[in-house]
Amino acid sequence: MVSTFFTNYEEVASCILFVIGMMNLLLQPNLIKKIIGLDIMDCSVYLFLAAKGYIEGRHAPIYVDGVTDAVNYINPVPSGLVLTGIVVSVSVSALMMALTINLYREYSTLNLDEIMMKLRQEETEKLGRLTYGAVEDEE
Amino acid sequence: MSKRNPDYENSFWQKFAMWCSGDYDPAKGKFEMKKPGQKSKGPNIIGKLMHILAQEESIYASERDKNLRTFNRFYIIVSVALGFLLTILLLVTVSQLPRFGDANAPENNEVARRYIEKGLEETGAVNIVAGMILDYRAFDTFGESCVLFVASCCVLMLLKEKKPEPEKRYDPVNSAILQPAARILVPIIIIFGIYVILNGHISPGGGFSGGAIIGTGFILYQTAFGFEKTGKFLSEKFIKVITVLALSFYCFAKSYSFYTGANHLHSVITPGTPGAILSAGLIVYLNICVGIVVACTMYSFYAAFRRGSF
Amino acid sequence: MTLVQNFPFFCIILSMFSAIISFVLSGRQAKIVHLAMTGLVFVMSLFVLQYTYMTGSSYTYMMGHYPAPWGNEIRIGALESLMAAAFSLIMLLSVIGGIYHIDKDIDKERQGLFFIQLDLLLASLLALIYTNDLFTAYVFIEICTIAACGLIMARKIGRVYVSAVRYMVMSLIGSGLFLIGLSLLYAITGQLLMSPARIALQKIADTGQYEVPMAVIMVLLTVGLGIKSGLYPFHTWIPDAYGYSTTSASAILSSLVSKGYIFLLIKLIVRVLPYKSIPGAQMENILFLFGVVGMIIGSVDAIKDKNIRRMISYSSVAQIGYIYMGIGLGNNAGADAALFHVISHGLMKSLLFLAATGLIDCSGGRLDRKGLTGAGYRNKVAGVGFTIGSLSMIGMPLLAGFVSKFMFASAATSAPIYKMIIAWTALAISTVLNAVYFMRMVLVIYTPVGAVKASRLKRGAQTDIEIKPESGEKAAMLQKGPLENIGIIGISALIIMLGTYSQVIIDIIRNGFALFD
Repeated sequence: MVSTFFTNYEEVASCILFVIGMMNLLLQPNLIKKIIGLDIMDCSVYLFLAAKGYIEGRHAPIYVDGVTDAVNYINPVPSGLVLTGIVVSVSVSALMMALTINLYREYSTLNLDEIMMKLRQEETEKLGRLTYGAVEDEE
Repeated sequence: MSKRNPDYENSFWQKFAMWCSGDYDPAKGKFEMKKPGQKSKGPNIIGKLMHILAQEESIYASERDKNLRTFNRFYIIVSVALGFLLTILLLVTVSQLPRFGDANAPENNEVARRYIEKGLEETGAVNIVAGMILDYRAFDTFGESCVLFVASCCVLMLLKEKKPEPEKRYDPVNSAILQPAARILVPIIIIFGIYVILNGHISPGGGFSGGAIIGTGFILYQTAFGFEKTGKFLSEKFIKVITVLALSFYCFAKSYSFYTGANHLHSVITPGTPGAILSAGLIVYLNICVGIVVACTMYSFYAAFRRGSF
Repeated sequence: MTLVQNFPFFCIILSMFSAIISFVLSGRQAKIVHLAMTGLVFVMSLFVLQYTYMTGSSYTYMMGHYPAPWGNEIRIGALESLMAAAFSLIMLLSVIGGIYHIDKDIDKERQGLFFIQLDLLLASLLALIYTNDLFTAYVFIEICTIAACGLIMARKIGRVYVSAVRYMVMSLIGSGLFLIGLSLLYAITGQLLMSPARIALQKIADTGQYEVPMAVIMVLLTVGLGIKSGLYPFHTWIPDAYGYSTTSASAILSSLVSKGYIFLLIKLIVRVLPYKSIPGAQMENILFLFGVVGMIIGSVDAIKDKNIRRMISYSSVAQIGYIYMGIGLGNNAGADAALFHVISHGLMKSLLFLAATGLIDCSGGRLDRKGLTGAGYRNKVAGVGFTIGSLSMIGMPLLAGFVSKFMFASAATSAPIYKMIIAWTALAISTVLNAVYFMRMVLVIYTPVGAVKASRLKRGAQTDIEIKPESGEKAAMLQKGPLENIGIIGISALIIMLGTYSQVIIDIIRNGFALFD
């Protein structure tokens, strides 16, 4: 069973990093740390893909001297997937950052738990005021 | 006579001389083995968790019902357990996958082979990856540009201010390093970005990397010379129009190629001479479009984060 | 290839193009573009539906000049086009039904961006419905996530940012799991298109290789999409996300976005993952279990919540539980029922959100039962719409909800006996619970109140709380007009039609599902 465990360092590392990133995204109360976790998670998948694309002793997938034999180049598909994936994760990180900035402006803390507690207090204070525009009225 | 260093005892050369004679060990106190029983200062997961729990305590202290906290603790414990389970599952999976760098792994099949062997002939791109993502799998890449587009729309929606704060707060610091360096670097960066975009189908690079390089050029220019100067050529309207033009061109060009492909019509797009700048059919134009979109998006992210407007 | 066969591709590109062009248009123009585009997509999908239903076959459409394992492709059958038509129609009616609230809740300069998100959301849903490529699915899942987040936070109040963050965190974990599952799938098959991947997986399953990896892939893909669609243990983000955004956004998010992921999951189960042939068969039971638990817990939470919008959101958890229960039954009838429920729940939920907003508006913005007393008399259309939606949710005969419940019940008969008993019990309990909270609400909105009290309620001046008069721009009160009522009436009519003429839709689903793999 442990056949390739000790040769696939890249894949093993990427799996561990994936879980680390995911746990950070899930459990860190601090929003910036959540975003860092997200980036770790995404990058670990790219590491995995890049490792899968590599073939020992072959070149990067760019034709050299017009040689088009498949035995000369590594698999180009994972590289393409990584390229696409990176752009996606850049966009998502930017969006999360923007959300974080707005939350900080609103509640002056980065701790999501604290923000949730503040919200809860707000709601219990005006229990009767369950209005659609209630939060809007306040400064 | 030579000047004497008043702090000679602690000077570097004195220490060096002492080290030569064996009286002084710079590593002393830094690399020794720790005595057993001493607490390790490395990453401590349990400690971290305790810290999180303690933090919670302070947050929920005022809350009367402790149910929520119990739930939260339960949630953390379950999540950590699931995380360990997931790690084990993934590691078992990985240990059954083919060896790293194996040429006979299942993913090196006829799909990858055709991309390599026929790529030059069918797409005309020397860079196989560029040929793959912009010709064989162009729909994905169009979707990816749209991800960037929708993200920049979201960021604008979140951060756009009606009245941006007065320019002064964002005025660049007049320094003897920043402005001259920017004056020299910005043209080089932008030209390098254009080079990367235009050679995207010949060498490593392409629209995304080149666009990101140009975007950093814009950002450096803004940092050095302020929004007022940058706004002269990168106004909000200009960015919007050029992004729309680039994406529309991408959309129409790819629609044409999808339509002809699906209906088995003859396409007027030819691969051209491999290796030339204007070759590889649509790829070079698509790279330019993607480059424009990425550069504008990078700059608008920056502007939105910095000031809430352009 | 006839022109009709190109229509699905035109739909996707058209919605993307209208998003792109809306970037330089004003909010008003973007709105017109969006409405026109959605209508056009609906009409084109109907043509495709007619074509595929008449020919009784499905076809693949190459996105480019290269055939299956090399280039992207989309695949069109009766089921896909039915879903596309239903989704675009629901989106059109939801936007019309909340059109004045969009004006009120969102600043002028942000409205254009809001409609861009809507356009791209439709594009991504269509792409998820039609695509036959796993990586395209991933890219469009991300578009869908980001656009949905944009819809949630379009309303500029602090509360929605919290909802958006919570939604994003769960969603991103879901897409992360989906992405690593996809990468592992690519590692063992080397294929990214669905049909070739299935052949490769079948081959691997036959040789008995990679048993653990295959099970892990299944778990990752299913759980990833489950999290994103709000399957029971991962549903905590739902009430926040649906409860505080603008009306149209809530209606669309609850009725369409999660359904897009569910449809993709059904497609993966049927077309890619060999659920039947390997130990992954357990996966179905797990989905069944979570679905059943979700049905009960969602309803219980809905009963506990005082806020009408959150109550409707919690009911979504329960309804998504129904759909997963149908998938988990593991037979074709169960999948048919799940697919039917995707459509009927989409209609019911958007109707409930729109009608609830109508009721809230004529009660001075109050969201609780006390404030909503007698609201059905103040806004008659919304009252009737809410009643129809509630009755349909409970499973009143002649309405769409009844048909889907009936289909679930009859699908359970052909499942293993223990599943049948569990499913029937869960259906019965959940129906009773549905009746408790929906009937309570209907009774509340039709409780007569005196004329004086009614006018006070209309202003929102309930005994103890005085609502501040809105100041400045916000005082620009809601424009009144027939459009929102058209949305509510349209969806109500569709629910009644779906209930009475369900046989046609069931036929299409059944035939389309048979051609699915």
